[in-house]
Amino acid sequence: MSDATSIDRDLDAGFGDYFALLKPRVMSLVVFTALVGLVVAPVGVHPFIALVAILCIAVGGGASGALNMWWESDLDAKMLRTRNRPIPAGRVTRDEALAIGLTLSAFSVVMLGLATNFVAAGLLAFTIFFYAVIYTMVLKRRTPQNIVIGGAAGAFPPMVGWAVATGGVSVESLLMFALTFAWTPPHFWALSLFVKGDYGRAGVPMLPEVAGRNVTRWHILGYSVVLAIVSFALGLTSIGGPVYMAVAVVMNALFLRGAWTITQRDDAACDVDKHKAERGLFKLSLFYILLLFGALLVEASLKPFGLGGW
Amino acid sequence: MSFRPDHELHGRRASRNYGLGAVLLIFAALVFGLSVVKAGQNGVPVLEAQRALQAAQEAGE
Repeated sequence: MSDATSIDRDLDAGFGDYFALLKPRVMSLVVFTALVGLVVAPVGVHPFIALVAILCIAVGGGASGALNMWWESDLDAKMLRTRNRPIPAGRVTRDEALAIGLTLSAFSVVMLGLATNFVAAGLLAFTIFFYAVIYTMVLKRRTPQNIVIGGAAGAFPPMVGWAVATGGVSVESLLMFALTFAWTPPHFWALSLFVKGDYGRAGVPMLPEVAGRNVTRWHILGYSVVLAIVSFALGLTSIGGPVYMAVAVVMNALFLRGAWTITQRDDAACDVDKHKAERGLFKLSLFYILLLFGALLVEASLKPFGLGGW
Repeated sequence: MSFRPDHELHGRRASRNYGLGAVLLIFAALVFGLSVVKAGQNGVPVLEAQRALQAAQEAGE
């Protein structure tokens, strides 16, 4: 009889539902930036240990995603974009998400510590704590600056990658952190300008809803200027070089032009072309982070041939 | 004797079980690989130190 009752549970989870708790798309950025942090560091790492380290960082990032979904299941149910996530869709229970989040957090931190060093493991633990507790539980529903401070969580992975190789923190790793940190607000605010209403419905105080869309446009430009300064500073360190600088000049010029264009538009102009400029800047922001970190990789891979770097 | 066709639910449960199996296998492989690499890394200096000690003892004799 127990079989008959369990078949009634049409919403039993498949493996993919548990995997979805780990936010695989966010994980891909985490993996990429952590890998760059690890590869550009001046200390070599055994390839297998590097693989294990990147996996641990990915799983740690995923675990914080599961904890985020556990805490925010009520919000997710209210927003169109997140309504089909495993918890609001009823395929995974909140308790399961909490258990998976906590278990994988502990696992990833301990494994990273054993495989590499405890500075890297400590940074990963802090990243998970920052995203799950500081951002998700404390800030997100309280302040329109949620994206700014929460962006720090997404900015830690290159520092963790660097710590895996070197066992410490340095100017280079801090500037890689600063680059992702300054990139996050314009990236998300550009998105929030054309995905209207969703956050407002859920009661999350996003900047466009609280301070207005015009203020948000100027905030985007302000952070883009900060982003440009940080990216050039990173280019002057030991991991920068001519290739990186060339990419940074082009991408910052395009980004600042896009951000400036947005400040010159009002809602009427946005409605006419369906947020063409805002969508354009959002797309550009994805290429921006990909190409700048990619350029750091190029510099590192040129070094064995006597090229790359200053 | 005939069996009813599998409910779609069974497919989902199977995916869960196979998925967990794969995760555990990968984990075991990772721990094994780590052990080999770590032992290799730490083993070489130990061996060298042993050889140096042996050589010193032989020279002393």
